[in-house]
Amino acid sequence: MADIQLERVRKMFGKVLAVADVSLHIKEGEFMVLLGPSGCGKTTLLRCLAGLERVDGGQVIIGGDDVTDHPPGKRGIGMVFQSYAVFPHMTVFDNIGFGLQMQRVSSAEIQRRVGEGAELLQIQQLLARYPAQLSGGQRQRVAVARAIVMRPRVLLMDEPLSNLDALLRLQMRGELKRLHHEVRSTTVYVTHDQVEALSLGDRIAVMKDGTIVQLDIPDRVYDLPATRFVGSFIGSPPMNFLEGTIRSSNGARMLETAGVRLEFHGVPARGRDAVLIGIRPEHIAVERAAVAGGIPAGAIPAAVVVVEPIGPQKLLTVQVGLSTLKVTTPVDFAVDQGQRVWLRFDPSRIRLMDPQTGDAIAS
Amino acid sequence: MTVAEQRLEQTLPPVRRQAVDWLPYVLLLPTVVFLTVFFVYPMLQAFVLSFRSPEGAITLRYFQAMLKDTYFAGALRNSFLLTAIIIPLQVVLALVIALLINTRFQGHPWFLFICAIPLGISDLGAGLIWSSFFTERGYLNLILQNLGLINEPITFLSFERPAWLYGAIVATEVWRATAIVMVILVAGLQLIPKDYFETADVFGASGWRKLRYVTLPLLRPALQTALIIRTILAFQLFATVIVMAGRIVPVLAGEAYFQYGLLRNVNVASAYAVLIMTLSMTITIFYLWLLRTKEEELGRG
Amino acid sequence: MTTPGRKALLTVLVVLISAWVLFPIILIALASFTTRTQLYAWPRSLVPSPFSAETMRFFVQAQDVLQSLLNSLLVAAMTIVLAVLIGAPAGYALSRFRFGGKEVFRLGILGTKMFPATILAVPLAVSFINWNLYDTLLGVALVHTTLALPFAVVITTSVFVGVPFELEEAAMTLGCSRAQAFRKVAMPIALPGLAAAAIFTFVLSWNEVFAATILTLRNRTLPALVMNAVGLAGAPIDYRFAGGFFMIIPALIIIFVIRRYLLTLWGVTVR
Repeated sequence: MADIQLERVRKMFGKVLAVADVSLHIKEGEFMVLLGPSGCGKTTLLRCLAGLERVDGGQVIIGGDDVTDHPPGKRGIGMVFQSYAVFPHMTVFDNIGFGLQMQRVSSAEIQRRVGEGAELLQIQQLLARYPAQLSGGQRQRVAVARAIVMRPRVLLMDEPLSNLDALLRLQMRGELKRLHHEVRSTTVYVTHDQVEALSLGDRIAVMKDGTIVQLDIPDRVYDLPATRFVGSFIGSPPMNFLEGTIRSSNGARMLETAGVRLEFHGVPARGRDAVLIGIRPEHIAVERAAVAGGIPAGAIPAAVVVVEPIGPQKLLTVQVGLSTLKVTTPVDFAVDQGQRVWLRFDPSRIRLMDPQTGDAIAS
Repeated sequence: MTVAEQRLEQTLPPVRRQAVDWLPYVLLLPTVVFLTVFFVYPMLQAFVLSFRSPEGAITLRYFQAMLKDTYFAGALRNSFLLTAIIIPLQVVLALVIALLINTRFQGHPWFLFICAIPLGISDLGAGLIWSSFFTERGYLNLILQNLGLINEPITFLSFERPAWLYGAIVATEVWRATAIVMVILVAGLQLIPKDYFETADVFGASGWRKLRYVTLPLLRPALQTALIIRTILAFQLFATVIVMAGRIVPVLAGEAYFQYGLLRNVNVASAYAVLIMTLSMTITIFYLWLLRTKEEELGRG
Repeated sequence: MTTPGRKALLTVLVVLISAWVLFPIILIALASFTTRTQLYAWPRSLVPSPFSAETMRFFVQAQDVLQSLLNSLLVAAMTIVLAVLIGAPAGYALSRFRFGGKEVFRLGILGTKMFPATILAVPLAVSFINWNLYDTLLGVALVHTTLALPFAVVITTSVFVGVPFELEEAAMTLGCSRAQAFRKVAMPIALPGLAAAAIFTFVLSWNEVFAATILTLRNRTLPALVMNAVGLAGAPIDYRFAGGFFMIIPALIIIFVIRRYLLTLWGVTVR
């Protein structure tokens, strides 16, 4: 088990800066997720870590050793590829034992360790088969076993679940979590699936355009996104954003949107007029037509554009002024396209962002 | 509320110089060296041999000797004529076979295999096979005799019957080398996505229209390749002609052979070689030009 | 959508063409199994009776035939070794790397393929005399390698493109150097494709006539021998028939064995 230190790692492809001087410290035994959309540099960063790409700048330090100039085989890493890369011309046993063979481990020891690994991944009965005879999920387990039996200092995974169908993905996610608990290896896991990231990671590094835009534990990445991008990338459906203004009245500063004053305790003291209000769908209460007595205080009027029943809930697309929001309601909430509803935001869940930069406004 | 963010350092670290990966060049080197020695060099050598006199001066005498040679005019004419007759026949036949195979009728793999057999047969082998048919005691005579049409064997392959000589050579070459064109066309057909044909069907295109407006245009690249390869091979035609007709039907490659092997005239043989090379290059460029402009149109389509 | 009329036309064409291809081969097989005396007899029946291996035996025992047979095999073997050893690394480089000059190299190979390379035997004959390669099997093998090399490069490129680089990368993460990764992972998977390249090279070398004839005097390959006998010495028909049949046998067997890969092989070589 080792910790990882990435110091200002830079990787260019021609004129494109794929990894822009990224620094990251991953603790021993930690499960670090690199999350981001395609092209954000997460896979490139992982490959730089693995030694499959030569860095154009910076250092890669594993367990205190500077391995920047070392080939992949000499870094003490194990890697699971997105396409599994299971050797088609060898049996499962030979696949799993390949790395041990390269290290010239005795055949008795190979036998033992391969058996252990197979048991851990529950593929003992497949050891004599060839990859062509296995299903995708089984091949994936072989790939993981092959990396694990090496007892690597660091385990690297490049979107290992994305080629599986949804049900299998769910299953394997649980398996990987269990595995990590048992083996406790330092793991760096690349994915574009934010559910995987939230579920598996001890910490998540959200990446965009070659840099890390937020590095934190899953709860905080979900709840306190650092930028508008993070807020809208994480969570399904993603965070809503609408324009808001801060008004001073009687010396107090208040948050307003769509002409409605919102209950909110975190209005920043510094002068700023226009803000972006971020609020997640599950933190918006939806009410039907105004109760008798007029407009309820702090409730925002919205017009329903689309109603989608999605199983456990109803997903409504509503229009507030020029902004489109997604909100969820219980299944029995009777509503139709074109109707008017009233939205109430949970004040403790409102996040403010700068409309220009998208960065979160600290309060 | 704290927010964790990553910022670029003001001072950038020294950038590592990316060493040029020399590995691919090392891997290519043997091929490059080999082809330089055994391909480029002889090519230049052919020019040198045909243009340089023993004293070291540039001379045209070998080319003049070649042009004045009794067999030259015939060789040039025959090479062109044979090529002009054989290739269209082959292309049409290969196209027919390729289209037949493309219908994927039952047993079409066997048909493909049968038609591909001549691929493994050299021009010498083909010449010998077909001479067994046309020769005096050959099977053509036998069949005619068994049908009661003749009593004595006819000598088909003699200089008194130039048309028969030509015909025999054409028949042999068409039989042997159609497979080369066919395989290229079959591969080309397979590359055409079925969607094109299905769309044509939806629009009610009949068989002929489909052929003319969908298949053939999309086959142009394959046709171009096939034509180039086949024509260049045709100008190297050698063994078939000699087996069937000896020197009665001279051809360019045959003359190169005779000049070298029989007359020991290296320089004139080289002149023939240079001629064949130049002709091949010219024709290749011609084909590329002929079939290319339409390719560009297709690219925009 | 084949109407009955269409189907009939299809069947007729298929049968006709198949017969046209097979007919001459059957004929020469028949001729080879006819006794020598019968071959010269007139008139005679189409089918020989009895079937006899006399003509073939006569051919095989004719002057230098067995030796030239051996020579052809040796030349083919040398050509295969050379073409694969030289061409496969180039194929690997083309399949894996992006580098300056790649397109130029590619075009060069294409140009070599479309060139009447056998003609080069004429100037090479002169060079070979100076290099002591004239009238040697090695000399012929070198020219054959020149012919086969472009195809070897193209085929191996395609073969290695079919081996995902990720497999070699995975091997590297498991402790292999680049060379080991190639040897243990890429090579075994590429082997069938390389075998196909070898087979193609064999047929090419075995059948090559022009260069072999020009470049040899005493150490002739089979085509060179037969060419000489037929072209210059005017061999008798029993010699020709048996010789022809003999020459096509290996190729026939090979085409049969690889029939399933025929299309991929040729499709690949001409791209």
